[in-house]
Amino acid sequence: MSASPLHQTAARPVLQPEGGGQPQGVLKLEGVEKSFGANKVLQGVDLSISAGEIVVLMGANGAGKSTLVKIIAGVHDADTGSIALDGVAFNPSSPAEAIRSGVCIVHQSINDGVAPDLSVAQNLLLDRLCNGETGFFFTPGKARKEAEIIAATLELDLDLDRPVRELNLADRQLVSISRALAQNPKLLILDEPTSSLSQREAERLFTIVEGLRASGVAILYISHRMSDIRRLADRIIALRDGRITGTFEKPLNYEAAVNAMLGHGLLATRNQAGERGEHLFEARDIVLKNGSAPFSFALARGEIVALTGLVGTGKSELAECMFGVRKPLSGAFELLAKTYDPASPGEAIAKGVFMAAKDRANSSIIPGFDIARNLTLPFLTSFSTIGTLNRRRENQSARIMIDQLDVVCQSEQDMLSALSGGNQQKVVIARWLSQPSRVLVLDEPFQGVDIRARGDIGRKLRETAQERATLILTAELDEALEVADRILVMSNHTIVGEHRTADLDMDALLAQISGASIIVQQAASVSDAAHGN
Amino acid sequence: MANTAKAQTRFRDLAIRYGFLVLLLVIVIFFTVMEPAFMSLRSMVFIFQSVSITAVLALGVTATLVVDGFDLSIGSVAASSMMTASYAMVVWGLGSVEAVALCLLLGLGVGLFNGLLVVVARVPDLLATLGTMFLLLGLQLIPTAGRSIAKGMMMPDGSTSTGEFDKSFLFLGRHRLWDIVPVSVIIMLALALVIWFFLEFTRWGRVMYAIGSNELASRLAGAPVSRYKIAAYMISGVSASIGGILLAARVGRGDVSSGNNLLLDAVAAALIGFAVLGVAKPNAFGTLVGALFVGVLLQGLTMMNAPYYAQDFVKGSVLVFALVFTFSLTRAARR
Repeated sequence: MSASPLHQTAARPVLQPEGGGQPQGVLKLEGVEKSFGANKVLQGVDLSISAGEIVVLMGANGAGKSTLVKIIAGVHDADTGSIALDGVAFNPSSPAEAIRSGVCIVHQSINDGVAPDLSVAQNLLLDRLCNGETGFFFTPGKARKEAEIIAATLELDLDLDRPVRELNLADRQLVSISRALAQNPKLLILDEPTSSLSQREAERLFTIVEGLRASGVAILYISHRMSDIRRLADRIIALRDGRITGTFEKPLNYEAAVNAMLGHGLLATRNQAGERGEHLFEARDIVLKNGSAPFSFALARGEIVALTGLVGTGKSELAECMFGVRKPLSGAFELLAKTYDPASPGEAIAKGVFMAAKDRANSSIIPGFDIARNLTLPFLTSFSTIGTLNRRRENQSARIMIDQLDVVCQSEQDMLSALSGGNQQKVVIARWLSQPSRVLVLDEPFQGVDIRARGDIGRKLRETAQERATLILTAELDEALEVADRILVMSNHTIVGEHRTADLDMDALLAQISGASIIVQQAASVSDAAHGN
Repeated sequence: MANTAKAQTRFRDLAIRYGFLVLLLVIVIFFTVMEPAFMSLRSMVFIFQSVSITAVLALGVTATLVVDGFDLSIGSVAASSMMTASYAMVVWGLGSVEAVALCLLLGLGVGLFNGLLVVVARVPDLLATLGTMFLLLGLQLIPTAGRSIAKGMMMPDGSTSTGEFDKSFLFLGRHRLWDIVPVSVIIMLALALVIWFFLEFTRWGRVMYAIGSNELASRLAGAPVSRYKIAAYMISGVSASIGGILLAARVGRGDVSSGNNLLLDAVAAALIGFAVLGVAKPNAFGTLVGALFVGVLLQGLTMMNAPYYAQDFVKGSVLVFALVFTFSLTRAARR
């Protein structure tokens, strides 16, 4: 670090109103650079955020967003450059120090932000418990009372005594955000906070964030979602390859911002509908949950179908039934006109039904394996003779898939965990594209994936779609519109609607998704995003 | 600038990869200089022999570590296997083939039992195998009412046993091929080769590593996780029973208290193995080198007249050093 510790000893009163009209920069970065080994991740980043302002940071995966956030949060040190908080040099050596100085972060991976075995109340007070503010005796009653106060101010509508492990992802996310807010931060950094929230929950988050802005908190908001950005941004900063490639003030030009982030405009990746062949897969009178209505659908050869609906409406449960992870309460599946009732994922794979589950870090990636070994895991039989693996053939096959999906890596022997999120996701998709399938189910394949990688994946799915039926599960309407020929809508664990993407009635679709309780403004922003593309 | 950084990373990678082997070499050279007899063939063979039973057990426990499990029962499986072999021959008068078969069956059975406890009853692995360990420690005492088994022993009902240890059984523990290499060392090396090949080069071994790294993802990639886990415990059980056979064949009696140290030594060897080649994961080659590392150190120190009661301290130090090496250095380098 070049900024000398002298600044810290000369700490003076923080806010100096002498400047008058000029807004006081809460956070100011100048010339921040950071390398990991030979890899230059940040190359001179200047950034400032003022109190009461929401700055959106846009950047493709691998652009350096996470590194920038980690430097501000005290996880990494910058190599050169200076950071100032409220005009005072700010070099946090640990996340705890950053939090004490009023910089709070809500991380993208939700489970980093909560302690699953503790109750909601204990989670809300976790930071206070950890830094010892609470004193030696901190009775459950007292904790409960304080947590109630926090929950009330943040309008958190959860049972405070429930252990967080029993909550779904969206509720955990809310707990994690509430935890950060309980610290009364000066600067709040939100890293893709809505990526697993339903629209209604996202709306609640937006209200909270807007409230914080009004109360003078500076907010750095990292997101890929245009609807979030349109709703919240006061200023947009685009980051590409470790450099700031554009700063956009109001009135915001979203297309220019996307352009600055990607280096090219958002291409219309919609391809013409695939040739629709005979039915490969049929589901008859499936009941997923006690009391939910039975539903049926069919998937045809060559088509890409999106199953959309809010988070927690039963999409993943359906996928798990199709993949042999669980059984529907009643109803039957048919594959190629034969009864299909897989007892395990292994059997499903053997019959040609593949699934890439959502939440890749937990459910897809083997962290101890390199790219090649991650790719071949489900198909080891075809890479071995009498049980003995042929590494050369594995690597060869991996190189082909890396090439086809444009995975950015040194070689097929890189550890998968060393890749950026979008590239990891490409490898996960590549795994299931590497062998022919009859039905390919992808659960939230675009979660935490930047627009360019999303385009690559979508194109590749379309290219390879002719011989199989493809079902994509997504809570994001944009994504469904982008890749699918047909959209099925799920609500309350049953399918409530079907649309062809070509002649879409957006209002009807939105009404089905929301069960008519959707917030009008959201509908407007989504439909205008759809038409804007 | 970039070049020096690159060279530095390369050096660090090399250091992590070969550091432990280099250290082993340095120790060997040190002992040879201090005590030239250390390098003699006899001394080398002694080292291998002294670690052979430990290494056999350690190779088994490696299999359970690979699937992210743990087997604490190996020591008592070995002891039970030893008692079984002795009882079968001395009391029942069975031959060596039957005795060995019984022991292997016992190992497989205990492994299956452990596997079912972990997979079906969902008892955490450490607790399940701790329970099995206790169970076996008690069980092996019951048939002989707590006595050790030897030729002509008195039975609980007052009669005298009639059988004796089969010659061909004792061959396993006492014979030396070409008058120099003990059979137990050959068995250790053969088992190491088999487990190494199985874990590194077969698809079953690959899946086991996948399960150890991310169980859910492996299941969703189609792996029958439960079966693999049970298989891992059975490999561990069978290896431990082989260790028990070798022990019985070496001492020639069913000694109730031998095998006490086996568990700790074997687990230590497998954990030291994490550090070998800097892979930071259980592996058969590392386990073997880990066992030999301890053997070399003990042999050298003994030749330099270090007291025997310092042995456990030395083992503990090596283990802690290896663990620090594994979990701080290699993990840091992976970032």
